Amino acid sequence: MATRTDPKKDVVIIGLGWTGSILGMELAQDGLEILALERGADRNTVPDFQYPDAFDELKYGIRYGLMQKPAQSTLTVRRNLTETALPYRHLGAFLPGDGVGGAGVHWNGQSWRPLEVEYRLKSYVEEAFGANIMPEGMQIQDWGVTAAEMEPFMNKFERVAGISGKAGNIKGQIQEGGNPFEAERSEDYPLPPLKNTWDSELFADAASKLGYHPFPRPSANASRAYVNDYGMQLGPCNYCGFCERFGCNNYSKSSPQVCILDALKRKPNFAYKTRCEVLKIEKAQDGKTATGVTYFDENSGDTVFQPADVVLVCAFSLHNVHLLLLSGIGQPYDPVSGEGVVGRNYAYQMTGGTGLWFKDKVFNPFVGTGSGGMSIDDFSIGQIDFAKEGFIGGSYITGSHTGGRPIQQLSMPPGTPSWGAGWKQAAGDWYGHNMSIGSHGSNMSYRDCYLDLDPTYKDRHGRPLMRMTFDWKPNDIRMTQFMKGKIEEIARSLKPDKISAGYKADGSHFDVRPYQSTHNVGGAVMGTDPKTSAINRYLQSWDCHNVWVMGASAFPQNTQYNPTGPLGGLAYWAAEALRKDYLKSPRPLM
Amino acid sequence: MSKLLRILVGLVVLGVVALLAIIFVPPQLTKPVQALPADWKPAAGQGQYAARMADCAACHTAPGGKLLAGGLAINSPMGTIWASNITPDKQTGIGNWTLDQFRAALVDGVAPGGVHLYPAMPYENYRKLSEEDIRAIYSYLMTEVPAVANRVPETKLAFPFNQRWGMRLWNWVALGKPGFEPKPEKIAASAQLSRGAYLVEGPGHCAACHSPRTLIMSEDGTNPTSPAFLTGGTIGGWSAPDLRTAHSALQQWSDADLKAYLISGRNSHTAVAGEMTLVVGDSLQYMTDDDANAMVAFLRAISDVPHKPMPAPSPASLKESLGDRLAAATGPTTDKLKSARDLTHGELLYLDNCNACHMVDGRGAEGVFPSLVGNSIVTAKQTTGLIDVILNGAEMPSTITRPEKLRMPAFAGRLSDADVAALTTFLRTAWGNSAPAVTPEAVAAQRH
Repeated sequence: MATRTDPKKDVVIIGLGWTGSILGMELAQDGLEILALERGADRNTVPDFQYPDAFDELKYGIRYGLMQKPAQSTLTVRRNLTETALPYRHLGAFLPGDGVGGAGVHWNGQSWRPLEVEYRLKSYVEEAFGANIMPEGMQIQDWGVTAAEMEPFMNKFERVAGISGKAGNIKGQIQEGGNPFEAERSEDYPLPPLKNTWDSELFADAASKLGYHPFPRPSANASRAYVNDYGMQLGPCNYCGFCERFGCNNYSKSSPQVCILDALKRKPNFAYKTRCEVLKIEKAQDGKTATGVTYFDENSGDTVFQPADVVLVCAFSLHNVHLLLLSGIGQPYDPVSGEGVVGRNYAYQMTGGTGLWFKDKVFNPFVGTGSGGMSIDDFSIGQIDFAKEGFIGGSYITGSHTGGRPIQQLSMPPGTPSWGAGWKQAAGDWYGHNMSIGSHGSNMSYRDCYLDLDPTYKDRHGRPLMRMTFDWKPNDIRMTQFMKGKIEEIARSLKPDKISAGYKADGSHFDVRPYQSTHNVGGAVMGTDPKTSAINRYLQSWDCHNVWVMGASAFPQNTQYNPTGPLGGLAYWAAEALRKDYLKSPRPLM
Repeated sequence: MSKLLRILVGLVVLGVVALLAIIFVPPQLTKPVQALPADWKPAAGQGQYAARMADCAACHTAPGGKLLAGGLAINSPMGTIWASNITPDKQTGIGNWTLDQFRAALVDGVAPGGVHLYPAMPYENYRKLSEEDIRAIYSYLMTEVPAVANRVPETKLAFPFNQRWGMRLWNWVALGKPGFEPKPEKIAASAQLSRGAYLVEGPGHCAACHSPRTLIMSEDGTNPTSPAFLTGGTIGGWSAPDLRTAHSALQQWSDADLKAYLISGRNSHTAVAGEMTLVVGDSLQYMTDDDANAMVAFLRAISDVPHKPMPAPSPASLKESLGDRLAAATGPTTDKLKSARDLTHGELLYLDNCNACHMVDGRGAEGVFPSLVGNSIVTAKQTTGLIDVILNGAEMPSTITRPEKLRMPAFAGRLSDADVAALTTFLRTAWGNSAPAVTPEAVAAQRH
């Protein structure tokens, strides 16, 4: 076990990505002694993402230079309770990040707020359509917080991250050009929207003609120079098109590095260690609190016990759940009995897309940004008659491109040979002539989609790997097929020469090979009932009141949006509860 | 004949006696310029503040070293001078120094035992320190700074500079009266301007870099009554910009921009680089608001011409996206870069390497990426700074109001000497800049 015990800290933070940085920054203001433990390497814009080295698609896009290495950390996957799970040995479907900044380094920057109804989805479905429309096995829940309660904290995150966008609803007043269906917000985005590429404008025009309400997709790629509330600065995005899978070379994409870390590192009461992997959260003898964490220090080879009064679990969502399971914090979920909370339930993101090719249009795809483009929310969760359409869920639909990189973003029409002279000819003919319209949709939670410890496979420390049990369900496939119909109507109105469809269809099963999204949510969900949630509405463990669990693992089911916005907002929400209440009198807040 | 001989002998004897006296008679040390009670104690934090205003750390804390434990190598024209350990360690620091010995080092350049310091220690300026500040700094160093045992290398300059007694002659010629007296009358008449003058002339020792040097390498002016005072000098081969004449870039900045530059290391036009990074990082960022305002007011008051700041950005332009700004930008250089046709090698290199941050209009990004238009590093007579920044990159200091260590990457591995020469030559004539061309040889000389 531990070869060393270090002096006690007030707070230990596991993982130095977005949520760890936010909690560190907020709690450091109260003078607490804080130590953050990050298992990956330290990273800074220069030299780690510097021009021109960052523009290496083979290194970062294909060989996952910023991602975790499965040989060091992975999980096993199966699609149902009867299969034997096998290790995820090669990254594909989702790409957990590695190192300081975590996924906040390699994301695209699509930063949304959940809809008002998404925070209380179960209640909304029951009130509006009746509980009986929920299919057998669906296990959706309310979050335990409302959009109105979250608004100041979402706003705080957006101000720190410097989000570019156009508000659609300020204090109940619908704003021309914004998203009219969004939850009420207190003020506009801190930065104006990014400039559109031509494909986005074509999409927006076509959507408008069909009576929809296009608006600029909110973006963590700064549209102009910005200084946030911590004095941290963002440079304007220059639309280089190297966002997702890359660190931003230009200080333009919001990340813990650009928005928080240099301010946090100035705090004399904050320290962080890299290449230190937490193995377990240690529980006190009475089981009601944690005493600290045990970690493996890759630098020295030591196993260290770090005592702390408060343990903040801020790793990637999947690792948060894994650590709780390994540490015996919260009862593990059993899909057969339905009892237990840790691992209940895992959800993903249902995405799909339509490709359009035009012989006579050239889009200059190398001008792109990870979160540009125009979106519509006319088919969002709050706008769909679930009873009529036969599914629960929704999507936002976007016309955009994020770049024109030669390996991964050279999009060919269906029927193109995948190699040889035919491929070369097609690449010459079609590069730059393609646009796409994407559906980014919700994924509900189900009784048999969950996370637990694998009975067979172990990691390099001898700990059981986590096991993911997940498959696509008819409800969500119906949702994405509905979006396919709506998108194809918009696409056809643009009269493309060729068109392709990439949507899950009846009989689709989860496939870990092609990339889909790194929006892995749930497993340590928040709520107001300790029987159905691992953490309370403040993100405090029901089981050990000094363990708080951040991140998208708290989402009871996935929203139709990208998770970074709400996980940032939730971190500020939890920080407020810690600072204003818990630290003054440590106890279960619910 | 014998009379002449006698006179000659007499003169030689006199000379030898004078020389011996110079070498062996202890120098007269300056007395306190202000009588303080023996039991005077600085207020809490006063000593640290005074030490920060004097920027002791810039030289006496080595990069990556312990606070004030010395070890920084200062490359002077005479050779390497090693900054000493001024922590209270009794063996390797100044733990055994009395207040009088400490004062002598600060204002007379004389260490215990009568050893003359080299004027890399800016005692030309520290002579103006108030007795309160001297005692506050002494108290801070002796009681608040942790003692660090760190023996720094002995400074060994080549002959004749290793004859430290020679400094005594230099001191006679170079040093002004001890103590601070605000000058001229218009400065003395205002408490704020006097405070600003004290900070700039005394602890801030701005003239050490920003004033030219005389033939004997003393500062050409230590207060505004000298016309050359703060009109620009050199430090480590870089131009330390002119802060005073009509040519100074400061004339185009608003007071708010000047203050932001001093306390945060960046403003809406530019950012610090080179030695000024240390000045802001170790010293100026800690200025109280009153002191920062006083420093700004003083620098304005001694300007040769009334300053004419560029118009402040309109509220609408603060909402303007980069795309809108660049679409509207125009001018010969900007238009040519936008058209991207018939580019010179320098223009091509600019688009490929610099444009992503500094933009086609050369204005960078307000408060984030420095503007190259009228930027004193770009247009300086000495091109060392510009070449250095391109070859080696530059990092803004982390400061209280702007904590981000924004860093420009190094381009030494990407650009040849001819490339850097072409690029810098372009920069020095782009967007209305007007400065002579740079040769590849000048770049080559700066490759490490």
